[in-house]
This record gives sequence, C-alpha cells and structure tokens, in this order.
Amino acid sequence: MALIGLLLSHTLAGAEPIPQAERRSGFDQMSPEIQAMQRDDGANPGMLAVADGEDLWTKAPPSGGPACAGCHGVASSTMRGVAARYPAWDARTDKPIDLQGRVNVCRREHQGAEPLAYESPDLLALTAFVAAQSRGLPMAPPDDARLDPARAEGRALFEARQGQLGLSCAVCHDDHWGRRLGAAVIPQGQPTGYPLYRLEWQSVGSLQRRLRNCLSGMRAEPFTYGAPEYLALELYLATRAAPLPLESPAVRP
Amino acid sequence: MRRSRVAALLVLALMTLPALAEEGLVPTTIVGDAIPESLTSAPGDPARGRAIVSDRARGLCLLCHAGPFPEERFQGNLAPDLTGVGGRLSPGQLRLRLVDGRVLNPETIMPSYYSLAGLARVGRAWQGRTILSTSEIEDVVAFLATLREEASGESR
Ligand code: HEC
Ligand code: HEC
Repeated sequence: MALIGLLLSHTLAGAEPIPQAERRSGFDQMSPEIQAMQRDDGANPGMLAVADGEDLWTKAPPSGGPACAGCHGVASSTMRGVAARYPAWDARTDKPIDLQGRVNVCRREHQGAEPLAYESPDLLALTAFVAAQSRGLPMAPPDDARLDPARAEGRALFEARQGQLGLSCAVCHDDHWGRRLGAAVIPQGQPTGYPLYRLEWQSVGSLQRRLRNCLSGMRAEPFTYGAPEYLALELYLATRAAPLPLESPAVRP
Repeated sequence: MRRSRVAALLVLALMTLPALAEEGLVPTTIVGDAIPESLTSAPGDPARGRAIVSDRARGLCLLCHAGPFPEERFQGNLAPDLTGVGGRLSPGQLRLRLVDGRVLNPETIMPSYYSLAGLARVGRAWQGRTILSTSEIEDVVAFLATLREEASGESR
C-alpha cells in the first residue's frame, strides 16, 4: 500500500496539473460584454497602448541611436511569433529574460537609452505592441534545457503555500479553477493576455502586476518587479499554458 | 492559573493530539476534534461574529463559503455551506476548525485563523499576527453556534 502511494505521488509530481486539452483562457469565463470588448479593437482599451507602442517602435530615441524599426523593420513580420516564445534564455547574462527585459536590453545596448521602468506607460506600450504581433499564435515556450531549472523553480513557487492565509497558486488555479471565490470566478491563471487592460485597474498592466495582485491577496510578500522569482513563475506559466493562443492585449474584469 | 494547569494535565492524559503552543499566542488544548475551552474570559458576541464572517477583508469567510446571508451577493463555493453548521458542530469543534483546521486535515485550504505555525513569506504588514484575535475567534464561534437551521430545500 505504502509503495503504491509512493509511486503514485511520484507520477503525480511529474504530471501536468492541467492536461493540454483542458487548458482554458480566462477569456472563456468572462461575461459576453467583456468578451466583446476584447474582441473589438475599436472598444478594447488595450489597443491604445498598442498604438502608442507602434509610435515608439518607429521613433528614434533622444540618444540618437536607431529606432526599434531601424533594426527590426516591419514589426508585423519580424515580431510575429516572438512574444509566444518568451521568456527565453539570454546567453549574454546566462539568465532567463522576459519581453520587458528584452526591450530594455535593446534600449541599453542598441539605442544607448535608459531602461524603461516596470509598469511605465512606454514599457507597457512597447511590450503590448510586440505581443499584439503574435495574437492568435499558440504559446510556444522554447525547448531549451537551460530554462529547465528556472521552470522547475517556478513550478515549486506555484505549488508552495505562502502568505498569512497559507494558500498556494495551485490551490486556486490548478485545484479550484471554475469555482467562485466571492464575486470572482477563479480562472486557470493563464498568462496569454498580457500586457492587458484590467477594468479593476482602469489601466494596462503586465503579468508581473497581476502576480503581485494574487500574492497580496494571499497576504504574501510580493517580489520586486523584475525579480528572478517572477521570471521563474512566468516561465512555468508559459509552459503550463501552451498551446493556448496568445491574446494580448486582452481585457479582464 | 493553578486550576487550569491541573485541568490541562488531566486533559493531557486523555487527548489524542498535542496542545498547540506557539510563541505569544494563548495556548489551546485539543481534545478529540475540538478545543472545548474558550480562548478568552469574556463570552463571544454573536452580532460581532456575524459582522466578521460577512466582512470579506476581515473574516474572508464568504470568499470560500456560502451561508445564510441573504444580503450578501456572490458568496463563494470552494467550501461547505455554513447554513446549519451550529447544529452539526459543537462550539469546541467550531473553535478548532477556526484556530487551525490543519490539525484535522493537513491539506485543507481553509486558513488557520489563530496560528502562526508553518507559514512562509508572510507579507510585511501581516507578519507575527494571527488572522483573527482571540476575542474575534470567540465572536465568530458564538455566531456560528447560532446557525442551527438547516437550509430549506428550495433555497438552494
Ligand atoms: C485565493 C485564490 C487565488 C490564489 C491563491 C492565487 N490566485 Fe491568481 N487569480 C485568482 C482570481 C480570482 C483571478 C481572477 C482575477 C480576479 O478577479 O481577481 C486570478 C488571476 C490570475 C491570473 C490572470 C489570469 C487571466 O486570465 O488574466 C494569473 C496569471 C494568476 N492569477 C496567477 C497566480 C499565481 C502565479 C499565483 C500565486 C503566486 C496566484 N495566481 C494565486 C485567484 C487566486
Ligand atoms: C480559502 C477558503 C476558506 C476560507 C477563507 C474559510 N474557509 Fe472554512 N472551510 C474551507 C474548507 C475547504 C472547508 C472544508 C473542510 C476542510 O477542507 O478542511 C472548511 C470548513 C469549515 C467549517 C467546518 C464545516 C463543516 O460543515 O464541517 C467551518 C465551521 C468553517 N469552515 C468556518 C469558516 C469561517 C467562519 C471562516 C471565516 C472566519 C472560514 N471558514 C473561512 C475553506 C475556507
């Protein structure tokens, strides 16, 4: 009996908590009104950030360096599919890097410009613009073994009980998605829509901002923006989401 | 003090689970699946308890539970309905489930409202504090004990 239990728990530890066929975007659980708002580019407030991002893409920075477009050309072709495979491995720093980090590396190294602050309108606009080029493409996390340790760390963080309430991400998003937590229907916690416009924020925000919200809801200490723990969670979430389609800029309640 | 020490020793001989003794917290003694003794000297106030239970930033109960609160919209469905719970469980049993339900079910998702044990990465604002105080626990126990009426069939 004990042996069977042991074997079972080993299999379970390696198994995917939500099999690919059962993965659902939070979009599916929203009201028809908010779904319509996301679908209609004229009504989706996130499209304003995408438009701002498009301007920034073609504008040369004050440093005199090239614009993003100077190196990357037409985003609809060169950036198509990029967001779907982020976070990725950054060989120069030997660390995982997300889209926000990549934008800032380009600014520093190729544009001679200051990095943009997390959650600043410009960083949200540029990442929303780049992500929007992959709309509808399946999440395709890179098959890169160098990312495995951080992915595993992300999964461990996702499954660890933390905060004053002693909850884990997995308690809500693996075990109880679809149930009602007060007024909110618990989604699977898929990262496919970010950056996105959240009605509660009345603004566009990044995935890290969303993770911060869940952590404070658990009464756990949020990490600082850009922390390796957020990168690890983002990596695990991307693997856990594939092959759901990318939907940035999404809208959420 | 003496008397309760003697009582505690007696109980020690009978009980099935160790006493919860955490730094700075009022010690509690578990007998079977209950904490029979109040955590305070003053009795709990059911009206205050009701306010705590229905306050989503204090008790948080209705995030997970539903209950007989017709004025509260959007109650949770992660946990058993609290309707009639005072008829199903004694005050002592209610008290243990609030203080630290992990004693009965180590996997429970219900927060331990009067325990600091086993918590990790607690947010700065909440460190070293239990979710509810001893008097709040007693208020909630007093309120839950009044919930003796089972749901009438048609209401859910
Ligand atoms: C107590 C339940 C609970 C816990 C614990 C929790 N979340 Fe959430 N999460 C929610 C709810 C509910 C939402 C939906 C948004 C809302 O209404 O607040 C959400 C939204 C999300 C989303 C956005 C999904 C979308 O469709 O845009 C992500 C990603 C997410 N959570 C990840 C996490 C991670 C990672 C953790 C742990 C660090 C975590 N959550 C912990 C309840 C929880
Ligand atoms: C995050 C979810 C969550 C929150 C918040 C929560 N509970 Fe619970 N509660 C549960 C679950 C799940 C159970 C079922 C038993 C178990 O899993 O251990 C439970 C069981 C109980 C029981 C035993 C019910 C029975 O019929 O046996 C009582 C009483 C109770 N809760 C009261 C409360 C009160 C009062 C509050 C707020 C002060 C509260 N709970 C907050 C999840 C929660």
